[in-house]
Amino acid sequence: MANATLSKQKPDHVRLTEQGKPVTLLEAIREGLWEEMERDPSVFLMGEDIGVYGGAFKMTEGMLDAFGGLRVVDTPISEIGFTGAAAGAAHMGMRPVVEMQFIDFIACAYDMITNYVATSRYRGSGPVPMVIRGPSGGYVRGGPFHSQNPEAAFFHTPGLKIVYPATAYDAKGLIKAAIRDDDPVLFFEHKWLYRRPQLREVLPNEDYIVPIGKARTHREGKDLTIVTYAAMVHKCAEAAEVLEKEDGLSVEIIDLRTLLPLDEDAIVESVKKTNRLLIVHEDTRTGGIAGEIAMRVSEKAFEWLDAPIQRVTAIDAPIPYSPPLEDYFLPQTDDVVKAARWLAKY
Amino acid sequence: MANRTPTKRTAAPAIPHGLSREELLELYRLVRLTRSLEEKLEILFKQSKVIGGLFRSLGQEGESVASAFALRRRDDGTGDMLSPLIRNLGSMITIGATPGEVVRQYMAKADSPARGKELNIHFTDYQRGFIGQISPLGDLVPVMAGVTLTFKQRGEDRVGMVYIGDGATSTGAFHEGINFAAVQKCPLVVIVENNGWAYSTPTRMQTAAKSFADKAAGYGAAADRVDGNDMLAVYGAAKTAVDRARSGGGVTLIQVDTYRRRGHAQHDSQSYMDPAEIDRWATGNDPIDRYVAALTGNGWAKADELAAIDARIDRELDEAIADAEKSPLPDEQEARTDVVSGGPVPGHWYRMDPPDPRMA
Repeated sequence: MANATLSKQKPDHVRLTEQGKPVTLLEAIREGLWEEMERDPSVFLMGEDIGVYGGAFKMTEGMLDAFGGLRVVDTPISEIGFTGAAAGAAHMGMRPVVEMQFIDFIACAYDMITNYVATSRYRGSGPVPMVIRGPSGGYVRGGPFHSQNPEAAFFHTPGLKIVYPATAYDAKGLIKAAIRDDDPVLFFEHKWLYRRPQLREVLPNEDYIVPIGKARTHREGKDLTIVTYAAMVHKCAEAAEVLEKEDGLSVEIIDLRTLLPLDEDAIVESVKKTNRLLIVHEDTRTGGIAGEIAMRVSEKAFEWLDAPIQRVTAIDAPIPYSPPLEDYFLPQTDDVVKAARWLAKY
Repeated sequence: MANRTPTKRTAAPAIPHGLSREELLELYRLVRLTRSLEEKLEILFKQSKVIGGLFRSLGQEGESVASAFALRRRDDGTGDMLSPLIRNLGSMITIGATPGEVVRQYMAKADSPARGKELNIHFTDYQRGFIGQISPLGDLVPVMAGVTLTFKQRGEDRVGMVYIGDGATSTGAFHEGINFAAVQKCPLVVIVENNGWAYSTPTRMQTAAKSFADKAAGYGAAADRVDGNDMLAVYGAAKTAVDRARSGGGVTLIQVDTYRRRGHAQHDSQSYMDPAEIDRWATGNDPIDRYVAALTGNGWAKADELAAIDARIDRELDEAIADAEKSPLPDEQEARTDVVSGGPVPGHWYRMDPPDPRMA
């Protein structure tokens, strides 16, 4: 089945890196998917509208033509169905990548993911090397069911890995690492970052991966640590500029990149350097990942803290639609500035 | 002699479905083994040697064995695959699970297939071709849709069989899985066992459809319905469906009508069931009794042949149980392993000496 695929000329929209052109976060992921499909015939894609249409965000554009219907499988609307089918295929040695058209719909497959997929290795039914990916996050006026950040619902499930990149470089390297990983990986793609021109970058024209489980220092600093991920990395970077200019504060930003397993060492190391910790996430407050991070720091670095750990998050509500409501609901750059100022003065 | 007209002693009727006499005897051995194994497990349960619940398939062993018998059974990872339900011990045994494994599973032993991490017949062997179910019912229908999708992707002429009860046909997973498989024309046989009860819920409270076989039309799948306590009829229906799947004909849903003569599990008093009804099935419609009557009545096997098989099974099971009893329980640290690839997950810091929270 692999033979039919490579005979065709690779289309231009997945040759940007080859041509030395900068790519958006979406294009980086698309190139990563394409390269993995070319590299390994056991990799295949499933999801709703991913074939002829190329996916709701055009992530898989051109792939049906290139790889055929057995490797780019348009599915019925059936998150339980195709997630379970991916698990079955993974049992047989395939490496399925399934797309949730919007990551909000992952909740439909919650049982399959948490009860079946996540426990398989532990139960002795073997590894389930599969990736569940999809567009997540707000700031796009998507309303309650096209804006969610459901990572916390799965963060609590042993057996899964969760990846949530913030840059094009990381997105490409991490999607490749996720596909090659022997565990099930949830791969969240922030749709507000998908096509942001500011995130365009020229990527290395070579096969690279970014290791799962490793955080990245997005910005070095000495006065205060912000631990964050995904779109908030960029909001926090804006805030750090303001804080430097207006307050003379040197802010360190840790981009987690992988949420599960959490890179505890990177967090603790930074906290030991700056002695102040602000955790920022776009997800809602109660039961969000900030709580776990704060607890880890309490366990491992309590004596290094000069101030209480604080967090900036969305409010505990469903995600509203209308601009003033969504803007209030979501954490904004100015919120980070205010919280950091408070923390720095403590 | 050659010119003599036929005597009154007529020849045995032809064996149906292309089965050989050896295969008929093997079917008998498998169904008897299934029942005897469960009977011995029940004794172990009463001796508190079984840990957790015990699930009997009394009255349903025939369809489990006969349906799985229609699969290409191999032990090198190239045969057909099935995924059973809790009452398909017979299917597991038929495709290659051993009584020793089953007993060790029920005793939660260190060397049980799931190493003490999962219960009863929830275990997997890809070489022999079975994938253990999980307790949320219906989930294995999509999973087996994916298994059989991969057979198709790779151009392998392998077939999958997945079992589901009357109760779990009500789940979303069943619907999404069989629909997905039908759309993709996956080589999958879906056995819907209608044993009358989903725990305490009767079939009439489960569906308003006239039959479960009727549901197949809604998915564009082929349908069949068979007397589940007639082993040869079940085999025939399963064989037809398996052949259809193997030749590219897609999904078949087979409704298998049977009766659950015991409770949901050993603890269930069956207070919601009519004892007279249970008795009618036990005395008049037992799958093994009916199969033995067919074997001996048609002259396909002699009673003493069957008795010899029984005796052999009894010995084998006693040995398997004695062997399993010698196995140790798992080391507690096994609880930390195989969560994800790589090393074990962290343990309890406060159980260390001295306690060290940095080890959390």
